[in-house]
Amino acid sequence: MKQTWLLVGGALVVIGFAWMVLVGIPHTMLVRVEAPPGLEPYTESQARGRTVYIRNGCIYCHTQQVRDDAFTSDVARGWGRRPTVPADYVYDRPHLMGTMRTGPDLINVGIRLPDPEWHLIHFYDPRAVVEWSIMPPYRFLFDEVPEEEVGPDDRVVAIPGRGPDEPVVVATPDVLALVDYLRSLNRSYPLAQPAGAAEDAGIAEPGEPAEVDDRSGRTMP
Amino acid sequence: MSGGEARAVGVGSALTAPAPRPAEEASRLPTSEERELRLRVDRSSRRPVLVAFGCSLVALLLGSVFGLTASVQMHSPELAGPGWLTFGRVRTAHLNAMVYGWASLAMLGVSLWMIPRLVHQELKWARLAEFGVWIWALALGYQLVRILGGIPSGMEWLEIGLYTGDTFLTVGGGMVGVALLRTLLARAVPHLYVSVWYIMAALIWFPIIFITGNWPAWAGAESAAVNWFYAHNALGLWLTAINVGAAYYLIPKVLGRPVYSYQLSLVGFWTLGFFYSLNGMHHVIGGPMPTWMITTSITASVLMVIPVAAVAINHHMTVVGRFAALRYSPTLRFVVLGAMAYTAVSLQGIFTALREVNRITHFTQWTVGHAHVGVYAFATLILFGSIYYILPRVLRREWPSARLISWHFWLVLLGIALYVTALTVAGVFQGLYLMDPAVPFRASVDVTLAGLQARSVAAVMLTAGHVVFAWHVWRLWRRPTPERELAPFHALRPVVREAGS
Repeated sequence: MKQTWLLVGGALVVIGFAWMVLVGIPHTMLVRVEAPPGLEPYTESQARGRTVYIRNGCIYCHTQQVRDDAFTSDVARGWGRRPTVPADYVYDRPHLMGTMRTGPDLINVGIRLPDPEWHLIHFYDPRAVVEWSIMPPYRFLFDEVPEEEVGPDDRVVAIPGRGPDEPVVVATPDVLALVDYLRSLNRSYPLAQPAGAAEDAGIAEPGEPAEVDDRSGRTMP
Repeated sequence: MSGGEARAVGVGSALTAPAPRPAEEASRLPTSEERELRLRVDRSSRRPVLVAFGCSLVALLLGSVFGLTASVQMHSPELAGPGWLTFGRVRTAHLNAMVYGWASLAMLGVSLWMIPRLVHQELKWARLAEFGVWIWALALGYQLVRILGGIPSGMEWLEIGLYTGDTFLTVGGGMVGVALLRTLLARAVPHLYVSVWYIMAALIWFPIIFITGNWPAWAGAESAAVNWFYAHNALGLWLTAINVGAAYYLIPKVLGRPVYSYQLSLVGFWTLGFFYSLNGMHHVIGGPMPTWMITTSITASVLMVIPVAAVAINHHMTVVGRFAALRYSPTLRFVVLGAMAYTAVSLQGIFTALREVNRITHFTQWTVGHAHVGVYAFATLILFGSIYYILPRVLRREWPSARLISWHFWLVLLGIALYVTALTVAGVFQGLYLMDPAVPFRASVDVTLAGLQARSVAAVMLTAGHVVFAWHVWRLWRRPTPERELAPFHALRPVVREAGS
């Protein structure tokens, strides 16, 4: 090559083409995806919990997506009743789909683990409830307070194996918000059929509308 | 102490621009005008290159400590420290220190030295470039503190804060890019060598993808698409482009032998840009994304076989018949191994992008192993080789110790081999267990533990290698410049010519 303009121009054309294909055109499609009726925006507390999730890097060990059940076993493993679709993520800024399953997928964890007490103990000492877990403890999200100083609004967590002489473990607002967020994760509502914009965008919808599953249920496979 | 190694470091100086030309001309000794030109050019880029390499080494040491910490925590979670030392933050600090600190800053240093050499022109606007490197380095240092403090922006590879970090990296990198573009426009050679294409294109591509990735407009599934459009191109159009360009310079240069095929290098360059830039969606195979996007990326991933083969043939065929030279030149040893790792990581990447393979390897330690073949065995080894070549020329004195180079080489080579083997094997089992719904999730955790522990051993080896390297650079820096101008590079006949054909 002898011409600078050929190099610079060529480089711009190449990246411009890829940009159109993977950013520009998808934008025109995905921007039209609307929230399904079953999906609520995050409450203030859940949104705060989501920030705590981001700040502590939960995404590096947990995914939030159920992949296509045509060639993965995500649904069979019980991580969701159906594969997740773009509409499930309209309130997610940014997405937290993740790339690693050192721990289980969490997009439907609100259905599997509805008990806040379980989560609080688990964050303080993961191995107290899951003995083989390699999740780090998040003790910095708790305060240790002498029993007599516990206030009426404090959420005391009964950690198994703690002696009566030790200070009491009190959950901080951060970890309470995080638990609130996790308990809200539920993408089992039925998707509208046909799914309008999603269909235009070429997204495969599950053949059958998913069964309605209330948030309290432990009925997931 | 400096015997064979020191002589060999200088071997490559027989050429300024390894442009395609007959072999007999390529391996001649430089004329006095050419030596003068080189001295002038190296002097012009000296300060920004030294700043970039210096900062990159600090980031390398920091990143090693973060990486080692995260690695140990993963199999021994009770070693979790206070909040700023929690796994999710230390791991993120490791990635950012290594990619934006070590690799990117070292790449800026390589670019700032190589482009002026290749266009036979002094670095223009060198002060601007130096200032740009400082902005990048200081902004990144602040971002590492923010990440440990728990203020990342939430997407992998894009954790740096928008206004406090991304803006400064864009401006700082832009200043380096502008200075190099200005130098390119003032070139004194009619022909642009392959390395110039790769490096200049990378400097154009990077700000475009970086701004796209960090643009605060994306939400939901789209933010995932943009996330992987960026992150994959950060590897493909930034790390890969500059390091392939550096290898294209150093291999022929040290061997005193022209690149195997000019036509192939053209094919390799343009197809790399065209196919690599479309690869990103293979990171979300099966995920909540329009299927056509994923299929496009899988197709483009398979087509990557064209640029990979072109570059592989060019790099490896240039070395064939001269492998003995690897014993004498540390630069060549690192760069040739890096180039081999590039071929390997690319083929592995194509393989991993196939749905049938990806359903097993996605979300497992396999991916972490793969990432380290790319960023470490390929990019980092080439950057080590480049620094071994460039620093003595910039500082005008020879590396003080052949033994330290050997320690560095073997520690990092064995370290990365152990690293990749351990995580790849662990990842395959993890993936197979995850895929079988009859196997409890616990099994997929337990099966990785041995691999994760072996990875910590590897992390110790790599960190030790980096400490040796940094210590050696420090000794080189403190060493007095010999009185005899530029000995020994220019006085010596290339050793490999005698040893070779």
